Amino acid sequence: MSAGGIQRDPFNRTTLLILLAIAAIGIAGPFVAADFTKQLTIFWVMVLISYTWDTMGGQMGYNSFGNIVFFGVGMYASAIVQIAPYTDLTAYTAAGGQGSALVLDLGQYFLGLGLGALAAGVSGLLVAVIVGSGILGLRGHYFAIGTLALSIFAAEMVSGWELVGGGSGITMPGYPGTTIASEQEKTLIFYFLCFALAGTAFSLLQWLYSTRFGLAINAIRDDEDKAEAMGIKTARYKTMAWAISGFFLGICGALYGNLLIHVDPRDTAFDGAGLGVWMVLMVVLGGKGTFWGPLIGAVLFHVTKELFWSYLLGLQYIALGILIVVIVVFFPEGIMGWFRAHYPHWFGEKVEPAKEAGEASS
Amino acid sequence: MSVMLEVTSVSKNFGGVVANRDISIRIEQGEIVGLIGPNGSGKTTLFNSIVGYHPVDAGSITFEGREITRLRVPKIARLGLLRTFQQTRIFGKMTCMENMAVSLPNRQEGLMAAFSRLSTAAIDRAEELLEFVGLHSKRHLRGGDLSFGQQKLLEFAMALMNEPRMLLLDEPTAGINPTLINGLIDRLQRANQQLGITLLVIEHNMRVIMNLAERIYCLAHGQLLAEGEPSAIQNDQRVIDAYLGAS
Repeated sequence: MSAGGIQRDPFNRTTLLILLAIAAIGIAGPFVAADFTKQLTIFWVMVLISYTWDTMGGQMGYNSFGNIVFFGVGMYASAIVQIAPYTDLTAYTAAGGQGSALVLDLGQYFLGLGLGALAAGVSGLLVAVIVGSGILGLRGHYFAIGTLALSIFAAEMVSGWELVGGGSGITMPGYPGTTIASEQEKTLIFYFLCFALAGTAFSLLQWLYSTRFGLAINAIRDDEDKAEAMGIKTARYKTMAWAISGFFLGICGALYGNLLIHVDPRDTAFDGAGLGVWMVLMVVLGGKGTFWGPLIGAVLFHVTKELFWSYLLGLQYIALGILIVVIVVFFPEGIMGWFRAHYPHWFGEKVEPAKEAGEASS
Repeated sequence: MSVMLEVTSVSKNFGGVVANRDISIRIEQGEIVGLIGPNGSGKTTLFNSIVGYHPVDAGSITFEGREITRLRVPKIARLGLLRTFQQTRIFGKMTCMENMAVSLPNRQEGLMAAFSRLSTAAIDRAEELLEFVGLHSKRHLRGGDLSFGQQKLLEFAMALMNEPRMLLLDEPTAGINPTLINGLIDRLQRANQQLGITLLVIEHNMRVIMNLAERIYCLAHGQLLAEGEPSAIQNDQRVIDAYLGAS
């Protein structure tokens, strides 16, 4: 539709059809495979963290091991906002949150969840801006190493904060009702919340990549000095990119925390060695900085991980490690990166023999 | 004519190495000025100082009457003073058209402009400029897949896309084959005449710089050695000694 194909139009017809098919599968999923609803929910969480990591690591070339911090911050921000208005937070956490003294009705629950998710998004964004202003000046490996310590730091900080339960963690408010039906209802609602969040983040990010913002962060990835020399406000773009990641990861953390019910700083909220690394793996597996890469990576990773955890329990980390080595050796640029290198014309990279011929065909 | 760029007594040391010592140059609007000197004479350092890549130790730099000595690279670029690199720098994983698009001037950019899409006018201009440097048929290829010479041309087109008032070119013809060089000289002159871009060019190819420049500054050992018209510089004994080694 655009003159030279330079106007990045992520949603052309074929793509749109595939996306609609995925959306249809997403909507039908929990009804067709009701037993797997929780796995499917976690899958959409994986898709979201995969795409938000790709914004930094893939599109902008800033390999961040610290994105998990926004996820954890969101989780805790949401916990506080969901609990504090209804009961005394100190007493609640002192009791370990066990035996759940907090019984809410549906209205209170969803009001708390809504405000909690909002607070989670905003705090994820703010933490990204604040931390970013400090370490986004680092480049390449230095940035990666700088972010590596962030999750450890955050986990230790929260572990020492008794108001939110310290190292033993905090329990999210229970979903109203104790019947099996209400449990199923909760599962279904959280499935669609995670699905909608992943879809929203995906659409917004793809739209952003089609604007000058997308060009600018790609330029930063390819050569930051040159980008500066062309007058691009690199610091501003870098902070914005991280803030957008932080916003969605914060909300994602809020939803995931409610899904888990009990969260603790080291193993769920700021799980730098687990989820914090998995998000990197998924994108590297699928192909950094590509349209489909993070999704493909999330599918492959989630499926293989679930299989390893089900059938190779005890050896699951060894199997996962072997998988990672195989990927890095055979697909160093990820699956989509491999396709791009071998079939560049699929991605619109072609020499045009004459100017007129090129314009007639597009 | 008004003064475009004025460098006054600029000095720059790296540790014990004196890269630039007390250098003053002055470039009028619309001129094409050459900057020559043997390897290690401080030409690129002077470029870096002008565009704000590193702070100078002494002296001042003004651009169109405005003090820019302490400004940083992106800010100076947005004022319309742009440089190209000796080791050509383009965005390797982006297509030529994307390279051009990202080079759009960022002058009056508010927060909202960052989220706008490209105008048709901008796309047309990008195509025109790629045509101008002879890369139109390759516009959908990634920058990194072009040959070195083509990357130089792409970098030049990107610089023009940015609509600078003045362009500092660091060895624009290095690595370009001799037949293309004539075309490049022609394009530099047309950019100067038609688009009114003032040029300051570092060049080792004497044939190129003598044809292109109206005036030439010659550096040696970090100091300004000579200044004058090409013919005068060519016959200046100090310049010849600097290049060939004086006894």
